[in-house]
Amino acid sequence: MNENKKIKISTYVLGFLMSVILTLLAYFLAVTKTSFDSFILIVIFMVLALIQLIVQLVFFLHMANESRPRWNLLFFMTTLGGILILIVGSIWIMYHLNYNMTPQQINNYVESQDGF
Amino acid sequence: MKEELQQKNNDKTFFGFWVYLMTDLLMFAALFATYAVLRNNTFGAPSGKELFSLPYVLIETLILLTSSFTVGIGTIYARAKDVVKTSIFFGATFILGVVFLWMEVAEFAHLFAEGNTPQRSAFLSSYFTLVGTHGLHITSGLLWMVLIFIFILKRGMSDSSIRKLTLLGIFWHFLDIVWIFIFTIVYLLGAI
Repeated sequence: MNENKKIKISTYVLGFLMSVILTLLAYFLAVTKTSFDSFILIVIFMVLALIQLIVQLVFFLHMANESRPRWNLLFFMTTLGGILILIVGSIWIMYHLNYNMTPQQINNYVESQDGF
Repeated sequence: MKEELQQKNNDKTFFGFWVYLMTDLLMFAALFATYAVLRNNTFGAPSGKELFSLPYVLIETLILLTSSFTVGIGTIYARAKDVVKTSIFFGATFILGVVFLWMEVAEFAHLFAEGNTPQRSAFLSSYFTLVGTHGLHITSGLLWMVLIFIFILKRGMSDSSIRKLTLLGIFWHFLDIVWIFIFTIVYLLGAI
């Protein structure tokens, strides 16, 4: 982000190597079909992806050495809040709709409502 | 004094571009949310587990990651006004981007050939929308790269060319970050 501070090639090499290692780690965990429970595996994959996000933000986009006030970081955090509401909210709502009800439950619900 | 003013203007340009990227990220978030909600609604059509080939996607991922790396190195050389090295690294990024796009189109064509079109199931609709939107961004990034090259051929390595190359670099890193999540959420989680 900031051109004043000298950004070195070694920063990119380091970020690239870390990203490759994280990608390969996640890939081999998925391919070897480890004995982990699938829920634990999902958590591991998401954590690896988030680590890689931070690696790329720091080493490729240089968000750590932005000059103050850190408007870019601030706006990124705000967006992150919006993303969390959007994704967690969607999943939360959609997996708790009567979508998940059995036909019997739906009938009972309809009968309990006057006018239906 | 003049340099300081230039720096301030550049910072403003970066912030403006950053705001665009963040709104783009929100759009991707909406597509990811749609995919997360619809991923099990296969309607009798094959699920991701049967459709996706992980080694193929790994190669795609590594190609895009390498292109993100070369674009970063290219930006450093652009700031040093080294035209030859800038062209080499941005050229490499362009080629890697084209290979990535070609692999994605080939994957889509393969799915279409087997009748797994977006109309087949809600899962496939959301899959094609999410991955296709990313591919569209890659396409526009490649077109943008060509335009900047034409600009540099005409005007040389001016401050404005350096700024354009830097913004393109940020855009490309951003696309790589979005792809990490496509790789994880669509392909890796689809495989288990």
